[in-house]
Amino acid sequence: MYDIENYYEAKSVEDAIAHLAADEKAEVIAGGTDVLVKLRAGKDVGCDLVSIHEIPELKGVDRLTDGTIVIGPATCFTDITNDPIIQESLPYLGEAVDTVGGPQIRNMGTIGGNLCNGATSADSGATMQTLDATLVLQGPEGSREVPVTEFYTGPGRTVRKRDEVLIAILVKPEDYIGYSGCYIKYGKRRSMEIATLGCCVRVKLEAADAKQAEAGETGGTQDSSVTRREDAASTEQKNAAGSPALPGAGFRLADVRIGYGVAAPTPIRCRKTEQMLKGMAADDPAIYDIIATHVEEEVHPRSSWRASKEFRVQLIREMAKRALEQAILRGTGKGTPGAGDFPPVELGREQEMRETMTQGAAEAAGTADGGEDTGCGKGGEHHA
Amino acid sequence: MEVVGKSMKRVDAFGKVTGEAKYTNDLCPKDALIAHVVHSTIANGEVLSIDTSEAEKVPGVVKIVTCFDVPDIQFPTAGHPWSVEAAHQDIADRKLLNTRVRLYGDDIAAIVGVDNVACERAERLLKIEYKEYPPFTTVEDALKPEATPLHPDLRKTNELIHTSFKSSPDYDYEQAKERAIREYGAEHVREYEQTYRTQRVSHCHIEVATSWAYVDVNGKVTVTASTQIPHIMRRVIAQALGWPVGKVRVIKPYLGGGFGNKQDILYEPLNAYLSVVCGGRCVCLETTREECISQTRVRHAVIGKTKALYTTDGHLLARTLDGYANKGAYASHGHAIAASVATVYKDLYNDAYGCRADMTTVFTNSASAGAMRAYGVPQSVFLADCQIDDICHREGFDPLKFRMDNCVGKGFRDPGNGITYYSYSMKECMRRGAEYIHWDEKRKAYANQTGPIRHGVGMSIFMYKVGVYPISLETSSARMILNQDGSIQVELSATEIGQGADTVFTQMASETTGITPDKVYIVSTQDTDLSPFDTGAYASRQSFVTGKAVKKCGLELRNRILDYASYMLGRPVEELMIHDNNICERILPEGAPVQADLSAENGYGYIADGSKDENDRYEGWLDADVKQWNIDDLPSGKKSILRDTGKILARPGKVLLSMKDLAENAFYSLDRSEHITAEVTNHCKENTYASGCTFADITVDMEMGTVKIDHLVNVHDSGTLLNPQLAEAQVHGGMAMGIGYALSEELLYNEKGRPLNNNLLDFKIPTALDVPDLKAIFLQMDDPMGPYGNKALGEPPVISVAPAIRNAILNATGVAMNELPMTQQRLVAAFQQHGLI
Repeated sequence: MYDIENYYEAKSVEDAIAHLAADEKAEVIAGGTDVLVKLRAGKDVGCDLVSIHEIPELKGVDRLTDGTIVIGPATCFTDITNDPIIQESLPYLGEAVDTVGGPQIRNMGTIGGNLCNGATSADSGATMQTLDATLVLQGPEGSREVPVTEFYTGPGRTVRKRDEVLIAILVKPEDYIGYSGCYIKYGKRRSMEIATLGCCVRVKLEAADAKQAEAGETGGTQDSSVTRREDAASTEQKNAAGSPALPGAGFRLADVRIGYGVAAPTPIRCRKTEQMLKGMAADDPAIYDIIATHVEEEVHPRSSWRASKEFRVQLIREMAKRALEQAILRGTGKGTPGAGDFPPVELGREQEMRETMTQGAAEAAGTADGGEDTGCGKGGEHHA
Repeated sequence: MEVVGKSMKRVDAFGKVTGEAKYTNDLCPKDALIAHVVHSTIANGEVLSIDTSEAEKVPGVVKIVTCFDVPDIQFPTAGHPWSVEAAHQDIADRKLLNTRVRLYGDDIAAIVGVDNVACERAERLLKIEYKEYPPFTTVEDALKPEATPLHPDLRKTNELIHTSFKSSPDYDYEQAKERAIREYGAEHVREYEQTYRTQRVSHCHIEVATSWAYVDVNGKVTVTASTQIPHIMRRVIAQALGWPVGKVRVIKPYLGGGFGNKQDILYEPLNAYLSVVCGGRCVCLETTREECISQTRVRHAVIGKTKALYTTDGHLLARTLDGYANKGAYASHGHAIAASVATVYKDLYNDAYGCRADMTTVFTNSASAGAMRAYGVPQSVFLADCQIDDICHREGFDPLKFRMDNCVGKGFRDPGNGITYYSYSMKECMRRGAEYIHWDEKRKAYANQTGPIRHGVGMSIFMYKVGVYPISLETSSARMILNQDGSIQVELSATEIGQGADTVFTQMASETTGITPDKVYIVSTQDTDLSPFDTGAYASRQSFVTGKAVKKCGLELRNRILDYASYMLGRPVEELMIHDNNICERILPEGAPVQADLSAENGYGYIADGSKDENDRYEGWLDADVKQWNIDDLPSGKKSILRDTGKILARPGKVLLSMKDLAENAFYSLDRSEHITAEVTNHCKENTYASGCTFADITVDMEMGTVKIDHLVNVHDSGTLLNPQLAEAQVHGGMAMGIGYALSEELLYNEKGRPLNNNLLDFKIPTALDVPDLKAIFLQMDDPMGPYGNKALGEPPVISVAPAIRNAILNATGVAMNELPMTQQRLVAAFQQHGLI
């Protein structure tokens, strides 16, 4: 039994706001997957709850004529993941919220609650940052729009006032059209988990010039391929037949957006790193070094009993590389389904590793010729 | 055998799936009062005062009792059979509520109210004064001179008990070393020294510890509880209240997991007391998950300082263990678990010169450690098998071959307690596991790997005592009652705790009586006023120890039925048998041995030549070839055990009388009315070992610190399987538990001794997605000790999983992880330290 004094099921947004404004003890509840947990822990006990769970206009996903996607905040995670607009235009967001808790939680918890709870570990947080989403808050004095990047004021804190209701999450067409992305959640297990770290990388690819594109496909002739071989040799990890081509040959990074959860007290963007990557060739191995090195300067992870700062930094670097690679792969139509699952479901990777290993053994025995880039390998662990 | 050994559907399958099976809280009256335990917010100190005046005013609060109100009686909580010798009795070190705070969250008061909200509101208004001492949660800190003794009335320091077990009384490591150098030459002898650590974990049974109690009209305090040990609970509640045992009644309905935590007495005595002080009203005390993790019992964290002496050609000469078990705040099972760590460490390998295993159990300000699945042996095997693989890794030995050459051998008899390894197949288990995992091919393929993704194979072996004899009493009673329709009730007190006991006991009763399983009604609920005495469901004893009682009772019932049939049919008993719910003619094959005494003690039959010599019987077995026996095809020319002789040798002939007709007649005959029942006690004085191994094939992603288990196989020698499908499920569950133990589970404390992760979000048991496809392989050696050739299987599946995974990580990366759990963070730190990432 929960220690709740009163519970009111609001009929409309205006009704909810009126009740919130009239009662200083009142707080908003939607799915209840955070509010009830706090109550059980003895926080805010004896409060009054105003539910927005049954307000139809707060549910569902829509696309406006200008292409803006409107996400109803009271839409549960399961419905976000299964929504056709999300699947078509923001599949990485659908994937991200599909990593929340377990099926029961995803049927109850809402995307608006995920944001308003203010947790840095929210699985929608990193992706929302990269989408530059706009949050529409409505209170007794009317409504206002807040960029998601300005929404958080600290751990568990946001600019939302107690009597304001999040009524819409907007994603503008220029922020999603032409982008591909990948969210990786890192947890201590595959389900029923709060992120130890979450990373979303989204890229917008555009064709590089024809010469580069051709070189990228045939491999071995352009400068970067030399670097690639050296990179492989220096890390002693690639097969003897040569390092595999990086994904994204023939493309460059028109835009890159990097978002993190749990890398700081709130979800964050890594804008400086994004700027450094913009315009670079998508198959340039340097992008992985840049992302790993420079995100580290933009994050502020802390040590807690759940994870040390050193461990989080290692993950921050590694996840950025993996999410970037997957985002580029997806941008070229070659992404791996489930790549955002953690640990990643790497189809065919085991087989690949076995081959690599066997060849590695052969190399050690001096039977391999070593080093010709065939350009036909799959993007693997090139960026160690 | 006709029924035993078949994958019969669980007798409770439909009831559990549909929700019709009632568990403790399902049965609690809706108007029961709710009990709420108040826990200390310091880890070490004393309660000076508790002011309840404001809390009493909260509407809905019925009663508040504090540590100053409860009877001044200290009682033991261990789920052990009571000992009539004072020296062997469990340690009585706690009261219902305690003024001396020994762990964070110690029970210092209890509030009874109409609901939990009233109780929680009242708790916030309590004013509690403490005197605080510095807390210590580790063995190292608890043994420092400045650490306050937690139980000064029992021990001057925090050391509870220290024991030293040796393979022989004159064994000494230093002498062994001298001898080794003398015999092999210094250049051929190596030493290895390493310390390994295992962690504190919670059982995490899905049904939390829960009970409800009221005082019945007959004055008995009646407690319905989720427990593995109803009869022991009855005795402990009586001890805690200072009441006679007869005034306490315990009822145990269906139960949602225990894993040893419910082989201890938890909050049930307090629950009984709260009912008594509330005028006998019904009070429910259901723990929260947080309480269940940090305030009930945990698995002992163990530190093992090990040494080994071996030859460069792979012979183990001597080993030494100096280990410490973290007891937590209260004695619970005392030193028994640490002793188990030591004995298995000592026995698992056959050191040429010998072995010494010392263990010390130490009180600390943390969760009390008690029984948990496999009772210290997972810790023991982790120490032993990390050590073995470290030696192999250092010397380039094949860990499989090294184990084949050095593991415990056929016919092993523990010099300390005499327990003997009758049916032996340790090496065959290893062979089968290696074959399944493709050991040789993979060891070759995984040599010389580079890059951040690495593969590895690892293994570990175990042996496990089936019961607790002769260390402790093994007694079990059974009752069978014939109904008018020819069906029977079976009543036992070794309880169904999800492991399938009700099902295999049904199979056993059917096998022995000749009554088909659909007509065998096992009474699942235990009620100490009604159920025959048995110490309960723990160790891996039920199918072995209680199984013997079932068999003995079944034989007795069968004899009584046949006696009545003999009266009805006017034919001698020797010409009759029961088969398929009928009395049939008993046909003996030509030339077969005919010695068959249906009342044979312990349910055993006789040796074919009629000899009754116990030792001879067993020795004969040890000489027998390693193979699976077909009961109808006993090897000629060898002495063999003819279990249940009459059944094996005789075949049913013509049907003479149905059980229904017989039963009806027995009930209502005007000439000879008789309620045919049987009730027996079997004092089990036999024991044996089960054994097996785990092989793991894994992928390590070093940059992410993750271990993916590609293949995991457990091979078990648990004797004849009673129900193969249940056996497989048991193994799967244990393996999943082993994965959590290996990689993610650990109960953590902060510097103040406060538990950090006593909830199912932060205490990381594996989810379905974290558990790969699991493989269980069985070698079915018929064991002469088991009532149906069976040996232990309940606990063993968990034992060897963690060291197998650990050794696979060593094989994959060359990094030896010496501390459990091998979390991602620890792995990343280790790989960074070794320059691998």
